[in-house]
Amino acid sequence: MDKTVAVSAFPAAGSRLEAGPQGRRPRRALSPRNIILYGALIVAALYYLLPLYVMVVTSLKGMPEIRLGNIFSPPVEITFEPWVKAWSSACTGLNCDGLSRGFWNSVRIMVPSVIVSIAIASVNGYALANWRFKGAELFFTILIVGAFIPYQVMIYPIVIVLREIGIYGTLYGLILVHSIFGMPILTLLFRNYFVSLPEELFKAARIDGAGFWQVYFRIMLPMSLPIFVVAMILQVTGIWNDFLFGVVFTRPNTYPMTVQLNNIVNSVQGVKEYNVNMAATLLTGAVPLIVYFVSGRLFVRGIAAGAVKG
Amino acid sequence: MAAHTQPGRPNQLLRNLNSKIASIPMMLTAVVIFLGGTIWTVVYSFTNSRLLPRLNFVGLEQYERLWAAPRWHVSIQNLATYGSLSLIFSLTIGFILAALLDQKIRFENTFRTIFLYPFALSFIVTGLVWQWILNPEFGIQSVVRSLGWTSFAFDPLYNADIVIYGILLAALWQGTGLVMCLMLAGLRGIDEDIWKAARVDGIPMWRTYLFIVIPMMRPVFITTLVIIASGIVRVYDLVVAQTSGGPGIASDVPAKYVYDYMFFAQNLGQGFAASTMMLLMVAIIIVPWAYLEFGGRKRG
Repeated sequence: MDKTVAVSAFPAAGSRLEAGPQGRRPRRALSPRNIILYGALIVAALYYLLPLYVMVVTSLKGMPEIRLGNIFSPPVEITFEPWVKAWSSACTGLNCDGLSRGFWNSVRIMVPSVIVSIAIASVNGYALANWRFKGAELFFTILIVGAFIPYQVMIYPIVIVLREIGIYGTLYGLILVHSIFGMPILTLLFRNYFVSLPEELFKAARIDGAGFWQVYFRIMLPMSLPIFVVAMILQVTGIWNDFLFGVVFTRPNTYPMTVQLNNIVNSVQGVKEYNVNMAATLLTGAVPLIVYFVSGRLFVRGIAAGAVKG
Repeated sequence: MAAHTQPGRPNQLLRNLNSKIASIPMMLTAVVIFLGGTIWTVVYSFTNSRLLPRLNFVGLEQYERLWAAPRWHVSIQNLATYGSLSLIFSLTIGFILAALLDQKIRFENTFRTIFLYPFALSFIVTGLVWQWILNPEFGIQSVVRSLGWTSFAFDPLYNADIVIYGILLAALWQGTGLVMCLMLAGLRGIDEDIWKAARVDGIPMWRTYLFIVIPMMRPVFITTLVIIASGIVRVYDLVVAQTSGGPGIASDVPAKYVYDYMFFAQNLGQGFAASTMMLLMVAIIIVPWAYLEFGGRKRG
C-alpha cells in the first residue's frame, strides 16, 4: 500500500519503466462493487438534486406550460418574467412590491447582527481561553446548556425585556436577539480555537507588556482569520434562514426575506402562480447557497465545530 | 474580604477587570435570558395570564387544560411519529451515505457537496419546495398518473392521516447531509489498523461496520442523536411553510401550538404551559447526555 503511493507520487521517474510494473494491480473500473457503490451514490445524489432542479425549471416556465406539463420536464419556452415578478411585484396581502423589500430588510438585519455577534463572541471566547476568572466557567456552562432550551420558552420574556428598553419591533431588537442566540455556538467556536493556539505566544506578548486588548488586536485577531470566516459563514446562513425571530420581533414592513417569502407563497388570495413562487423561493435560498458553494470546506468545518463539540 | 488583602495587592473584584468586562454580555445572556427567561416562563405557566402576563396563580390548571386539549394531543402524536422516524431514518441514511463516501471513491467532494447543500437552505425554502413537489395536481402524483397509473395516490399534504410523513420527507432531505457529515468525521477518526486487522481475520465488510466500527463510534452517534433530537422538538418553520399546520390541525406540532397561543389566541398561560412541556422534553434528552458526557469526564 505504502509502496504504491510512493511510486505513483513520482510518475515521471524514468527508472520506473525498467523496473517493470510495481504495486497492486489497478482495480477494474466496472467491477460489480463499483457499480453498486457509484450506483447508490448517484441515486442518492439525484434525490438531493431533484428539488433544486424542480425549482429552477418551474421558475423558468410560464403558467400555461405549468398547467399542461409535468413538474420535471424542462421548460419549452424559457421566460424570466416570474423572476422579475417575484423580485419586484409579488403580493403578500399587505403590499405588492415583491421580495426586494424582504431582501433589503434581511441585509439590514444580517450585516449588523453578524458583526455584533462575532465581535462579542470572539472577545468573550478570548477572555474565556486566556484570561480565565473565577466563575467564568459557570456562566459558560449555563450558556452552552441554554443553547438547547427551545426558543419558545424564552421568546416571551425577551419580548418583555425589549419592550421595556423600547426597541421591540425595531431592527435593533432583532439584532440584539440574533446576537444573544448566536452567542453559545460562537463563543464555543472561538474559545476552542484560542485554547488551541500555543500559549507561549500569549505569554511572550504579556512579557512584552501587552494588555488584554493589545494581545487581542495585535496577536489573536490576525492569527485567527480562518475562524472568523467560519463564524461568519455560520452566522450569515443562520440569520438569513431565521424565520421565528423575524416573525416575532419585527413588524410587517421590516419582515426579513424568509417571512415575506412565506407570506407570498402561502397567501390565500388570488390565483396561485407557482412559477413566481419558485422564483421567489430560489431567490431567498440564493444567499445561503452561494455562501455554501463558495466556502466549501469552511462551511463543513463550521457545522462540525458547532455540532461535535456542542 | 477587602480588609484582608495585603496593601498593594489589587482588589479581587478588580483583578482581570478587562476580561470581566468582555464577559459581561455572556453573563447577562446566561443569567438574564437563558436562566431568568426560563424560570420566568415556568413560573408564569402556573398563572391564568391571558392577554398580559399576571401573577395570579391557579396551580396546575393550565397543564390540565393543555393535556385535555385535542389539539395538543395531535401535536404530541405528530412530534412522536415525526421524531422517532426522523431519528431512525436520518441516522441510518446519514450513516450509509457516510460509509459509501468512505470507500476511497472518486468525486468524493462533489458527492458530499450535493448531499449537504440542502442543509444550507432554510426550513421555509425546504417546506415550500416540497409543498410544490407534493402538490397533487401538478407534482409527483400527477406525473405518475400521466405515465399510465391513473389510480396512483400520493398526496400527503392534503391527507390528514399521512401529512406528517410529507413533512418527514422534506425534513430528511434537508437534514441528512448534516448527519452524513458528522458520521463521516467519525468514520475518518477510526484507526486504519482496525480495518486491516478485520481484513486479515477475513471478516466481511458489513460485519466490520456493524460489530466493530459502529460500537466504536458510540460517542459520535450519541452527539448526533442529541443534536437531531433537540432540533426535532423545535420543529416549527418547516410545518408553517409546508402545511401551515393543516389540513385542519393534522400537522400541528408543539412549537406551533405555543406560538399560536402566545401571539394569536392571547392565552399566554396556556402558551407558557405548553412551552414548559417542550422544555421538559428537551431536558429528558439533554440531562442524561450531559451526565454521561460531563459526569464521566470528571471521573475519567
